[in-house]
Amino acid sequence: MSFLNHLINGMGLGSVYAIIALGYTMVYGIAKMLNFAHGDIIMVGAYVCFFATSTYGLPPLVGVLLAMLVCTVLGVVIERLAYKPLRQAPSLAVLITAIGMSYFLQNAAQLLWTPNPKIFPQFFATTNPDGTQQTAIPLFDGALNLKYTTIVNVAACVIIMLALTWFTGKTKMGKAMRACSENKAAAQLMGIDVNATISLTFAIGSALAAIAGVLYLSSYQTLVPTTGSMPGIKAFTAAVFGGIGSIPGAFLGGILLGVIEILAGAYISTQLANAIVFAVLIVTLLVRPAGLLGKPVAEKV
Amino acid sequence: MKNRTLALLLTGAMLAGALAGCGGGAAESKAPAESQAPAESAAPAESSAPAATGSVFKLGGTGPLTGGAAIYGNAAKAGAEIAVEEINAMGGDIQFELKYEDDTHDAEKAVNAYNTLKGWGMQIFLGSVTSTPCVATSQEANADKTFLLTPSASSTDVLGGVANPLTGTVDVPRKDTAFQMCFMDPNQGSASAQYIFDQKLGTKVGVIYKNDDVYSTGIYNSFAAKAEELGLEVVSTTTFTEDTQTDFSVQISDAKDNGADLLFLPMYYQPASLILSQCKSAGYAPKFFGVDGMDGILTLDGFDVTLAEGVMLLTPFNSDATDDATKSFVEKYKAKMGEVPNQFAADNYDCVYAIYNALKAAGATADMSNEELCNALIGQFTTMTFDGLTGEGMTWTADGAVSKSPKGMVIENGAYVGMD
Repeated sequence: MSFLNHLINGMGLGSVYAIIALGYTMVYGIAKMLNFAHGDIIMVGAYVCFFATSTYGLPPLVGVLLAMLVCTVLGVVIERLAYKPLRQAPSLAVLITAIGMSYFLQNAAQLLWTPNPKIFPQFFATTNPDGTQQTAIPLFDGALNLKYTTIVNVAACVIIMLALTWFTGKTKMGKAMRACSENKAAAQLMGIDVNATISLTFAIGSALAAIAGVLYLSSYQTLVPTTGSMPGIKAFTAAVFGGIGSIPGAFLGGILLGVIEILAGAYISTQLANAIVFAVLIVTLLVRPAGLLGKPVAEKV
Repeated sequence: MKNRTLALLLTGAMLAGALAGCGGGAAESKAPAESQAPAESAAPAESSAPAATGSVFKLGGTGPLTGGAAIYGNAAKAGAEIAVEEINAMGGDIQFELKYEDDTHDAEKAVNAYNTLKGWGMQIFLGSVTSTPCVATSQEANADKTFLLTPSASSTDVLGGVANPLTGTVDVPRKDTAFQMCFMDPNQGSASAQYIFDQKLGTKVGVIYKNDDVYSTGIYNSFAAKAEELGLEVVSTTTFTEDTQTDFSVQISDAKDNGADLLFLPMYYQPASLILSQCKSAGYAPKFFGVDGMDGILTLDGFDVTLAEGVMLLTPFNSDATDDATKSFVEKYKAKMGEVPNQFAADNYDCVYAIYNALKAAGATADMSNEELCNALIGQFTTMTFDGLTGEGMTWTADGAVSKSPKGMVIENGAYVGMD
């Protein structure tokens, strides 16, 4: 039973990594750049949602939509100001710019919202008849606890993955994205507006970051300006693990990373949990350099 | 054009960092630009400074003014500023000029910050606010023979010369110039174990600690040693690190499965708040026992204080105390920062006054060299008794540790209540 409990907890953690990894992999797949500021856009989305719901008392759904709107605009503006002028520059320059952008966002958030931690409201809770809040469904007389956030996270993750797969595979915009990913110059010759397509990618990626931010903070409620950096790095690892550029790969990589992390902590040692996670990553990349699902080029977005 | 945009952005980022580092403290902005002269010549040159009727001592300190631990750094800085303002307003022979530098709770940045302060002409060092940076800066201050009194860096490695309770060896030699205002970690750990044992708060104890943090491991080591000595049964010991301090399901289920009825949490309040809420989700309700880092949990923005109901902790400062000194300090702090002070602010307030008393008793003047000041202060600190906000009748020994008794507190209806 405790194994099942750990497995569920692992999936809960993994689904958060997976949602963030989807945004990473989407941007990488199309713009061929690692957007290290992705984690910090998550943080901005979480702050927007926090202020909308806690300070202004708006309903959670409005908070999420507002966060998506702000993040979309922010993502597009960042792309336009910081990344677009570097489109022809070596990829190292873009990478450093992205890291700089990440620090810029963190420091700006610190200046705007102070470094004091804020506790994110509990969206997924029911109120018991005695007035206490319940955040999990106890199964088998409390031996197994299924958190609401785990259910919501996994569901959101699957829906987003399917939607993204459909979007990149079936729609005209999605086809344009895949064309840009294959060969920017050829896509331009075919009449595709490459700049607009990349902007759209950033818009979608950033909107996903806002959703990820809200879901992440619903599970782990402490919000500080550096909140986004660690999950960002973990999600990046998950994206590479699953095969960067591959949408189902990001999902699989995220879930596996979470499950391995929790099981390693539970059955081997909490001290070694992270070491084991990264050891698994190294071994996987030695055996399959493109990641778990990264090999077939046709699957790339 | 491309380069210019990038340059603009980077400048913006740097500016944001610099602004965040300043935090708008009044005392800090007083630091004159021309004060790069070494300490020895600083005092005569500044005799024309407006506020100075006596001699002006340069006090410096580093702390996390930005970053995840910024709440401690800013609180400590504000506490010191209030004390300095009070002392300067009295207009006596001893005046202070205070300068705080940001170390972002990072050892390397703290050493850089220390060097900046040294260049400014710092004569007495308030140390670093948090343990990891202070271990590094105390090394520097000791080498420079500069007196150091840290408000809250509680690791034994800040002072040095303390044997590891688990191995019995001294890993860091004594740094003679370093003193602490807070309890040393081992004292907190062993006092907690003793308290839990004496009050029979739990029979089976679970511990979760942060194993990449000297503060947390220091308390854990002495807690474990004391618990073994007392025969207190520790059934579950799990750890986490800076990188894994979000999900505690493994640690919680380990404690739960092993039947721990009391969970000891030697850590800062941020991860502790997550543990409290995740314990609730997991349907696990042991007693919780924290340490001084737990202080601040009630003022977390948006925190559901019912989660902390019944949490016990040992802390030296109670902002609800009714004595005049505490009331006046709390009032001034509220006016300055808009919130209730935590123990970090009170500790640093006490630091400035302890230094003030010692300087006064020693008849020190600001034209003395750092080493002369240091020797005079060490002489005073090892003999004087100090009453402050965080304790009555505090004394120090030559090993740098303070002797004061921790107060057991319990959180009831969202406020601290004394436990005895």
